[in-house]
Amino acid sequence: MDAVTGVVGTRMVEAGAYGRTGRSLRRKVALVAGLSLSVGLSGCISVKAPEKPIVIELNINIKQEVVYRLAGDAAQTIDKNAEIF
Amino acid sequence: MLRKIAVLHLAAAAAVLAPALLAPVPASAQARDPLYSAARAKGEVGEQVNGYLGFVTPPAPELRKVIEDINIKRRAVYADKAKANNATIEEYALTSGCLLISHTSAGEKYQAPDGSWQTRGANPPMRDPRCP
Repeated sequence: MDAVTGVVGTRMVEAGAYGRTGRSLRRKVALVAGLSLSVGLSGCISVKAPEKPIVIELNINIKQEVVYRLAGDAAQTIDKNAEIF
Repeated sequence: MLRKIAVLHLAAAAAVLAPALLAPVPASAQARDPLYSAARAKGEVGEQVNGYLGFVTPPAPELRKVIEDINIKRRAVYADKAKANNATIEEYALTSGCLLISHTSAGEKYQAPDGSWQTRGANPPMRDPRCP
């Protein structure tokens, strides 16, 4: 997050100070600077973030298949044993 | 003599009616325990995500016994059916929980995926994303 804020901040300062002249080149320089900054600062976070959701989704998908497979049988079981459901 | 005949007629009528009156008994064997029914209607017990009944409020000892007894019977049924379907008890119980939560009627309690107790309204209940 800090790295992203850094990029935005750099761009804003650059636009205000230099106007439209030479903007393209300066923007590229700012972007490269921002990117290298973000790589340097958030390397650990960008590796960690995608890992966790992927594991959870796999878990849900596997179980969901089982749940779908059992649903018809479970519905019958509930009907036939109404006194305990 | 007339009275005797009348009595006999009544007895015959009773004999004819008795099976009709007794007929619903097998159906009532499928009915819920009255304590469970009442507690369910009052929102004292609710359907949990895991397929078992849970206490929304601390139960009286008699109610606790009835509900725990039902949960033991549920577990036995789940175990039996899970084995027949090559699934684990937990998988079968969770699947049943999905359906049982869907089957709740307005005013009854059910457990949301976050573990909180919810009162069933007109809208579909909040269920586990794995539910069919």
